[in-house]
Amino acid sequence: MASATRLESCFVRLRESRRTGLIAFMTAGYPDAETSALLLDALVEGGADIVELGMPFSDPMADGVSIQAASVAALRSGMTLAQTLSIAEAFRARHAEVPLVLMGYYNPIYHFGAEAFAIRAAEAGVDGLIVVDLPPEEEGELRLHTDKRGLHWVRLLTPTSSEARLAKLLHGASGFLYYVAVRGITGTQRADEQELAQRLAWLGGQTQVPLAVGFGLRTAEDLAALRGKASAAVVGSALIERVAAASERGLQGAALATDLVHAVRELRQGLDG
Amino acid sequence: MSVNSFRGQPDAAGHFGDFGGVYVAETLIPTLLVLNEAWQKEKHSPAFNDELQRLLRLYVGRPSPLYPAERFSRALHERGASTEVRVWFKRDELNHTGAHKINNVLGQVLLARQMGKERIIAETGAGQHGVATATVCARFGLPCLVYMGEKDMQRQEPNVFRMRLLGAEVIPVTSGSRSLKDAMNEALRDWVARPEETFYVIGSVAGPRPYPEMVRHLQCVIGEEVRDQLAEQEGKDVLPDLLVACIGGGSNAIGLFHPFLDEPSVRMVGVEAAGAGLATGMHAAALAAGERGVLHGAKSYYIQDADGQIEEAHSISAGLDYPGIGPEHAWLKEQGRVQYDSATDAEVLQAFQLCARTEGILPALEPSHALAWLLREARSLDTPRRVVVNLCGRGDKDIFAVARHLSDSGSDTESDTGSDSGSDAKPDAESNAGLGTKSGAGLGTKSGAGLGTKSGAGLGTKSGAGLGTKSGAGLGTGLGAESSG
Repeated sequence: MASATRLESCFVRLRESRRTGLIAFMTAGYPDAETSALLLDALVEGGADIVELGMPFSDPMADGVSIQAASVAALRSGMTLAQTLSIAEAFRARHAEVPLVLMGYYNPIYHFGAEAFAIRAAEAGVDGLIVVDLPPEEEGELRLHTDKRGLHWVRLLTPTSSEARLAKLLHGASGFLYYVAVRGITGTQRADEQELAQRLAWLGGQTQVPLAVGFGLRTAEDLAALRGKASAAVVGSALIERVAAASERGLQGAALATDLVHAVRELRQGLDG
Repeated sequence: MSVNSFRGQPDAAGHFGDFGGVYVAETLIPTLLVLNEAWQKEKHSPAFNDELQRLLRLYVGRPSPLYPAERFSRALHERGASTEVRVWFKRDELNHTGAHKINNVLGQVLLARQMGKERIIAETGAGQHGVATATVCARFGLPCLVYMGEKDMQRQEPNVFRMRLLGAEVIPVTSGSRSLKDAMNEALRDWVARPEETFYVIGSVAGPRPYPEMVRHLQCVIGEEVRDQLAEQEGKDVLPDLLVACIGGGSNAIGLFHPFLDEPSVRMVGVEAAGAGLATGMHAAALAAGERGVLHGAKSYYIQDADGQIEEAHSISAGLDYPGIGPEHAWLKEQGRVQYDSATDAEVLQAFQLCARTEGILPALEPSHALAWLLREARSLDTPRRVVVNLCGRGDKDIFAVARHLSDSGSDTESDTGSDSGSDAKPDAESNAGLGTKSGAGLGTKSGAGLGTKSGAGLGTKSGAGLGTKSGAGLGTGLGAESSG
């Protein structure tokens, strides 16, 4: 049996300390490559347990306007998948223990080469992948390579999945499960709290894999409602919007990062109470 | 792997060989599973098919004629084709709403009704699919939302106006490249957010399972009619020798080709849009110059950069302006069963004019690609005696674009007003477009008979105020209003 991965150890620590983890998202190369690295550090400094790094794509069909816009900005600044992997590698050099998960769409990976990508991602110290448009039906062609290199394959669960579908999704999930709390795209409406709590309790009885909740979580209050009910909460759009707003106000570089540290800290406090 | 039949795809998972599939977020999967189940059931249901046939006949006007285009054939002979070559036009431009799109829309909306859906959404590029969807929704009293790239709304203003007249809500898409692919992204986002009450009518043989197969099934009426009609005119069991169709996503082509795929004597050519030329990078030829990739739910060929980012397509024909192609075409290309080629904007403009003048038919710029291929390849046409071209749309919607391009391309003595052939041409460059120019493009005169231009057409406005217009120009007051010649 292989020793626990960074992601597994992280969830063990969270469970032992009875805390709900914070998974914080940033788009690689947003607003540019250099600042992007500072922002990732800010996520960690603010108290994120896991960092989710978005791989920019021209057509992010599951994302709302904020993450789309960040994707576009990153691509305009010249970001590529190869550079995203370099950003990941540099992050790993600075943060030996913080789990790092890549999130994105399949086409850039397919174009890069599934095997080459898996090799590079593992070398860069990436812990897991969320490839939004590779459902279980199509995941095999990439997962074949990423499983071999010890990368976790994070699956999405939805409120509308049937029990038969959930069984399929739970089988073969690893790292954590990403429960999509609302119908729709990232950054949109709020989840119904009661329905969510019931659903999470039920899912918790079905699987040992940690459950992270995302989509539509924006504030410390949103997160407070999840305290103790989920293994982790994912915040993406709200953080991107925070950076966008701060940029609008003229903040750059280290100042932008400091602003983000505050934002993450607030979220962290929401989770910890 | 050898293939016994070219008509047995896709497999149960929606794959055409290595192409197709369901490359979508898990959030869409439950909805697609329900849709697939409903479709697999309905497509064999007598009640569904009876109603579809009845409406295709009485509402759409099918069957569309298979018309022997004798004067166009003669033009081919003059360009070196064997005099044995005879061309027929499959006249799907005579359908209600003026294109083949309605064949598909009607079937999908009937399915939506059967599934109890109360809200129809669609994406559109040139607006033809949007108009067809708005039309059928009006017919059934269903609310209709059409997502359309902001850039396309400007380029295709008359169709925006038509959709609004039909009661549809046209939603401008401002993300990404503000064209068809972004409209499709936005429609998918809408669908994920409101899956229970919504039916998404996709307009081409693209998208995740079951769309490529469903849209093909509904478009196959084209090829099936051709088979019967040619036999009627030429004798029992006589088959065409060559089928030619334009390809954007590829729904009209697959509708014509599919019923003949297992007839080895029938050659087939799909013609993509080469835009300004494949070498310029300004084209919409996903098979010729794109690469394998995954977008909008399917693995196929897409125009993309070295990093796998999807690029914008370019074509004189907005209807072919999509950076991908239906997965079945990718598979048919790989199998070598269908030949894929392309035609440039310049070739298309010539074919458009020639068809107008030899047959008295204004073809849409989309099928003008198929005609352009025939004209260019005339010399090599010796054995195929019976040629069928799918005239999948009529050209009324294109007259302003044609006028602008003829003006531009004929402006050798007036290059200051005609150098910009892009959609963002300055008003002053467009305003003297007229239908034709001094150069002898021949459809008009320098005086700028001015069959309207973007700047002065006045058919609806960006304001979205429904029937009214912000400028007060009203319906058609812009015909020639700004011609400056």
